[in-house]
Amino acid sequence: MEALLLPITNGVLLGGLYAVIALGMSIIFGIVKLVNLAHGDLMILSSYLSLVLISWLGISPLLSLIMIVPIMFFVGFFVQGGLLNRVLGKEMEPPLLVAFGLSVILQNLLLIVFTPDARSLMSDLAIETIVLGETLTLPVLYLINFLGGLIVILAVYLFFRKTYLGRAIRAASDDEMSTQLMGVNTKRIYAYAMGIAMMTAAVAGVLVGMTFTFYPHTGPQFLIISFGVIIIGGLGSMKGCLAGGLILAMAQTLGAHFAGTGYQLLFGYGVLLVVLGIRPQGLFGKI
Amino acid sequence: MPVKLALEVSGLDVYYKDFRALWDVSMEVRQGEIIAIIGANGAGKSTFFKTIPGILVPTRGTIYLFEERIDGLPPHVTVSKGMASVPEGRRIFPRLTVYENLFMGSYTPRSRSKREDALGQIYSLFPILKTRRNQMGNTLSGGEQQMLAIGRALMSDPKIILCDEISLGLAPLVVKDIYRRLREINQNGITIVLVEQDVKRSLKVSNRVYVMLKGKMVLTGEPTSLSEEEVKKAYFGI
Repeated sequence: MEALLLPITNGVLLGGLYAVIALGMSIIFGIVKLVNLAHGDLMILSSYLSLVLISWLGISPLLSLIMIVPIMFFVGFFVQGGLLNRVLGKEMEPPLLVAFGLSVILQNLLLIVFTPDARSLMSDLAIETIVLGETLTLPVLYLINFLGGLIVILAVYLFFRKTYLGRAIRAASDDEMSTQLMGVNTKRIYAYAMGIAMMTAAVAGVLVGMTFTFYPHTGPQFLIISFGVIIIGGLGSMKGCLAGGLILAMAQTLGAHFAGTGYQLLFGYGVLLVVLGIRPQGLFGKI
Repeated sequence: MPVKLALEVSGLDVYYKDFRALWDVSMEVRQGEIIAIIGANGAGKSTFFKTIPGILVPTRGTIYLFEERIDGLPPHVTVSKGMASVPEGRRIFPRLTVYENLFMGSYTPRSRSKREDALGQIYSLFPILKTRRNQMGNTLSGGEQQMLAIGRALMSDPKIILCDEISLGLAPLVVKDIYRRLREINQNGITIVLVEQDVKRSLKVSNRVYVMLKGKMVLTGEPTSLSEEEVKKAYFGI
């Protein structure tokens, strides 16, 4: 049992990061009914923006969030308002294609500007550890990822529950026509929702950048993680995001523990298939 | 002294792709009236209902709301000018509470400052909504949802309310109660346009009635001046 403590703990901590990676995509899928295929790339854009700020200003990655989060809000607001809203309609294909196109453009722009070299967001926290008991040594960074994920999810939950704009976004998600009849400009609401989704992606991007190396083409890898979390947890559900993140991450860490690191992805996808078979809408899906 | 027109529609044509759903539709609603638009299924009533606030865009024709032209304006703008809607099927927000549904009704800037007063008035009009204010919208009965939909429309401080088939799927006693409250709302100065299939009730409550058939207005008049035969012929197209 003691031997399982470390993979379970690592899984839980990683799960918090997975949850915040997927949160933005879940918000947009649940509200705008749009599969944002550029979500992973926009998240990695945040990582690169943080890299630039760290180089220019000599600040820590976590401090760069003060600037990255509002920047990414505006990126999301204008991407949705200026681009994706134009193709939103009854058919799913046009927004999918536009988002895919945006993903391709972003990856290639990042490649031109930053070259294909591996990058990471260096921080003193990367080498810090916490010792719990006699057998458990946890990287501080993993703890920050988990707490960061929890804080973001809680903040977004409270925003949607308690604020005027949050209620309007929830209403638009329920019934667009009725929301319009309340005097709400739903296109603008969707732009705000994307802005909020990108704020969460900004946090995810910085945490990812601190934890892993990243490249211009890393985005799709995190898009797949987002899909996995959403499929397991359910669309548009905050607690589903957290549950999905925890379950996916623990499946991977336990899979690596029992069968070797080469099998961790397989275990993750295995759990995904089981959930799809038993409850296709996800554990906390709204359908 | 001439009565002000709350709503004036002239020569409206609406298409769904190549299908012409409304043909040269015209209508006048005087301030303070209750107007009923009746017709069978497929007559074009709901299309008309969706065109007035801007959900659908007419290809031809004009719409004036209190002498201000509104055709082509998006719904969130027409609402801000004093028009509220109670759509067919209630369409309350199922995952918002009763209070949050009503709160959403006062989204427009002109209604925000009057929210608390409006809430008090709606709770007086529909006491059950106060009792159930913390319940999710989808846990209410059909009649309660209809009250919530009407209450939500009233939260925007409207000058005119459009109601699309508010009796649909409701028990007769519930419908009677809702219509009684609609008369109260009208007596407070709000103009009401009812789109209905329930001919008898519409004729009883309205000042004037329009009959629609296959996308056209085929008959209009005061209920007292129209014979049952006339209405039947117009309704069924015989």
